[in-house]
Order: sequence, then C-alpha cells, then structure tokens
Amino acid sequence: MITMTSHLFRYELRAFLRNRQSQFFTLALPVMFLVIFASLFGGRGHTTAVPGGQISTSVYYVPGIIALGVISACFGNLVASVTAQRERGVLKRRRATPVPAGAIIAGRVLTAVVVALFMTAVLLGIGWAAYGAHIPGRTALALVATVVIGAACFCCLGYALTSVIHDEDAALPATQALLLPLYFISGVFVATSILPHWLAGVGEVFPVRHLASALLTAYNPHTAGLGFSGQDLLILAAWGIAGLLIALRRFSWLPLGR
Amino acid sequence: MDSISEQRTADRMAVAPARAEPVVSVHGLVKRYGSHEAVAGIDFDVRRGEIFAFLGPNGAGKTTTVEILEGFRPRTEGEVSVLGQDPATAGGDWRDRVGVVLQESEPEPGLSVRECLALYAGFYRAPRDIDETIALVGLTGKADTLGTRLSGGQRRRLDFAIALVGDPELIFLDEPTTGFDPSARRAAWEVIAGLRQLGKTIFLTTHYMDEAEYLADRITVLSAGRVVADGTPRTLGGRDQMSSVISFTLPEHVKPGDLPAGLSPLAEPGQGGLTVLHSESPLIHLQTLGDWALGRGFDLPDLDVHRPSLEGVYLSLTDPVTAKG
Repeated sequence: MITMTSHLFRYELRAFLRNRQSQFFTLALPVMFLVIFASLFGGRGHTTAVPGGQISTSVYYVPGIIALGVISACFGNLVASVTAQRERGVLKRRRATPVPAGAIIAGRVLTAVVVALFMTAVLLGIGWAAYGAHIPGRTALALVATVVIGAACFCCLGYALTSVIHDEDAALPATQALLLPLYFISGVFVATSILPHWLAGVGEVFPVRHLASALLTAYNPHTAGLGFSGQDLLILAAWGIAGLLIALRRFSWLPLGR
Repeated sequence: MDSISEQRTADRMAVAPARAEPVVSVHGLVKRYGSHEAVAGIDFDVRRGEIFAFLGPNGAGKTTTVEILEGFRPRTEGEVSVLGQDPATAGGDWRDRVGVVLQESEPEPGLSVRECLALYAGFYRAPRDIDETIALVGLTGKADTLGTRLSGGQRRRLDFAIALVGDPELIFLDEPTTGFDPSARRAAWEVIAGLRQLGKTIFLTTHYMDEAEYLADRITVLSAGRVVADGTPRTLGGRDQMSSVISFTLPEHVKPGDLPAGLSPLAEPGQGGLTVLHSESPLIHLQTLGDWALGRGFDLPDLDVHRPSLEGVYLSLTDPVTAKG
C-alpha cells in the first residue's frame, strides 16, 4: 500500500507539473496574489491589527496567501483533476487494475499536500526577501502542522465536491465560485478587522477563515507559546470529517456525466 | 519417481481441472435498474484460450453484462464466475489476472506512453517488459510522446498496451475498434489475433460483424437483455443450414419460366432484373443451370453464389419484429 502510494505519487506529481492549468492556478497565482495585495495595501507605515499588536500589512498577507496556496493545491486543483480523471475514464481504468483504491486516493492527496508545503516555503521565501517578513522559529512546528491539517481538510472537502460535479468543465468554475467570495470575507484578501461584523460572522462559518486564522496565529510574531490555534484546527477537522463522510458515501470511480 | 516428474505430475493435477473450468461462467444473470430489466436472465461460458464475441444492438445489455464481469457493477440475480471467483467480491489478486480495455477512456494526462505503462506496470505483481509491450502494439516510435497527443487509433493501441502490461490471462475488449478507419481496424485485429496466440482468453464486445467473423471462435448474441443465439461464426443462428443464394441475369429473350423444371419453382425476381434462386443444394442446381444455359447457347456472366452473411443473420436475430426470442 505504501509502495503503491509512493509509486502513484511520483507520476501524479509529474503530471501535475506538466499541466498548464495547475502551473497557473496553483503555482503562479498565489505568488501573483501575494505581490499584488502586498503592493496595493502594504508599503511603508501601513500596518494591520493582529492579536497581540500590529504587523506590517505586507507581512500580514504572507499567512493569508499561504492559506490560498494550500486551498488551491488541495481543493481547486484536486477537484478539477479528479473530476477530469473520473469523467475521462482514467479512474475507472485504474480501478480495473490490482492497485488498492486507498492508494489511488492517498497518492493524489500526498501530491496535494507536498505541493501545499512547497507553496508555503515559496511564499515564506518571497515574504522574507521582498517584504522583510520573518521566518517563524518557535512556532515553525505549528505552521507546518497547520498547513498539513488544512491540506488534509481541503482534500476531503475536494473529494466531497467532486462527487457532486458531473461535468469536468464545471469543476474549475464551481471551485472558484465557492472560494473567491470566501477569500474576501475570511481575511485572505482583506483583513477581517475592516469587514462589517455580520460579514466577518458569515466568514467564521467556513473553513477558509479558520485556516487563514490558524496560519496567522502560527505566523504572527506576537503569538505567545507554540502557535497552535486549537479552536480553528478543531473546526477545520470537523469540516474535513464532514467532507470525508460525504466522499465515502458518494465518491464514484465511474464517469457520472455520460 | 524423481523429483522433476513428481513436480510435473503435481502441475498437471493442479492445471487439469482449471483447464476444464470455463474462464467465465454466467448462469441466470439478471440486472434490474428499478423496474427496467437491462439483463433478463442470461447464460453463457467462455473457454480458456478462445476469442469470445459478445454481440448485440445498443441497449441490449452488453455493457451492463461486461461491467458486472469486470467487477464494476453489482448484479441483481444469478451466478457469475470469472477465473473461478465472483467479480463482485474479488480483490487485487484477481485483478492481477484480468486486463480491461474500456469502451471510453482517455490517456493519463501529462504522461508519455512509456511513463503511462511504467505507472500501470507498477500496479501488477509480474508485469511484462514495458518496451516489449509498446512494440507489441506498434507504438515504439511514439514511446516518448504524451498520451494526450496521440491520434485516436494510437490512443486505442495505448489502451491495449495498458491492458496487456500486467500480463493478464483474461482480457475484456469493449468495442475496441469503434471509430477506427478500415486500416486501423485491420491493424487492431492483428494485435487481438496475436493475443490469442499468446494463450490469452479474450472477451470481445463489438458492433461489427466482420470483426466478429474475422476474430471470434464463438459468438453469443444478446438482444433486449436475452441471449438470442450462440455458435461459431459459421453456425450462428443456423447459418450453415441456410440456403445459398444463386443470382444471375437471364438474356432478354429468356423468361424465368423457361428455366428447367427443377429450378423454376425456386426462382424469384431480384433487384435490377436479377433472377434469384434460394438453393439448399447449390452444386446440383448450379450444374443443372449451367447445362441448361450452355445447351441454349448463352452464358450467365454475372452469376453469383453466396451464403447468407453473418450481418444478415445477426440483423434477423436482433430485429425486434422478426426475432423469435
């Protein structure tokens, strides 16, 4: 099972790196968003209120855009590629071989998690080089753990969403339609401190807000202790489990659209 | 008894009953979707080493049956055994011995032909050599091309290679040449015929009668969820017992009524002024016809003798108006 998972992972990763849509949406777009938002709202003297004090607005965007990078790799890209694999008969053909079903899913999830960790490192590096953002030391473990938990949660939600999309052309628009509004009300594109209360309240319901918030806690230099945001991580886990239950009930290896 | 002959005896004892068992055995298979009966109680066997063709019009229940045999769909009733196991519950060990070419499947995105086969080879316990498999389907020149950049016929050959790379005993081919041009179909037939020579058992679903006639050892015809005929391409639907058709054009001054007494009751007018005889003893009737025509001093230059085509037999078997089943 472990051998099969790593075998599938090698080929899934290779296919991911060769796909133009994933190159753009998952690798390039988060970098573009970090540069655009940090340049628009950041700059000298602009700060944002965070628990425990103020940080430079450019730096504030680093954890927020890491959340976007994780979600893009584990939700947006996963929904698009798994739906396409299913509708094109690729999953069905794999299922006709002796490879365990769990290895097919684990290989795809591992690809998403590795890409999410890679994007975290890239965004931290850009933040450090361009905006003087720090690389966390004491809270590093919490940052990595939050990325992994968030990645797992959004992979589960991705498998749940793919089970209700019947047309591969609908996958990318569906994920973007769900995510774009949530990015605005979850502290990813704009700080929640400037949102009206009711709108921030709506954002609190969804997992995007809790991933962004947990990453901010793990990244914020004013955070005391190890930087684990227990409540956010529990809510993320609850969303992940709900997604997993839907995926287990509804996931199909056979094409749904024809 | 030395150890080698002991081993041989043991092998023979282990293999002999397995040989006698059919590779695929289906009894009383029923599949219902709600109140609709897609498969309405069918029986057939597939023997080791043969090409078994499964024919039927769209909606006859072919794909449903094949997907049950491949383990993709549960059945409603009946007994199904594939390589000695129930496909509904069989696991990885069973899939290790079965190859599948699906009716519709696209290449793995982002992988070359060789990478794609390396991916699938990794799923099997004892895979075939990758380059040798690529050569077997004639894709050697395309080994480093992305699967998604291949033409339709080349993609189908990649599908074959994927189904073969695990070195399976039994291969399901679901409409493997649909959409091919005639030369690509001919090339695919050569690959399939080559698989039989490797000792594989092949379960072939097709719409094309010439394909079944060229490849199949045995044919089973399905219509509206039931088996309406089975046999070899030669005997299907009593084809070998059916009368031959002798057709020719008589010279203008000769009428069909002028034919000798043994022939004129058999004669019917055909298309384009042809005279058509349905004959159960074609050699005798041809001799009578020849003697008669030559005796009157004319030839029959468009004389044609043919057996009913497999397509004709198939159409009469599956036509909802004329079919008895």
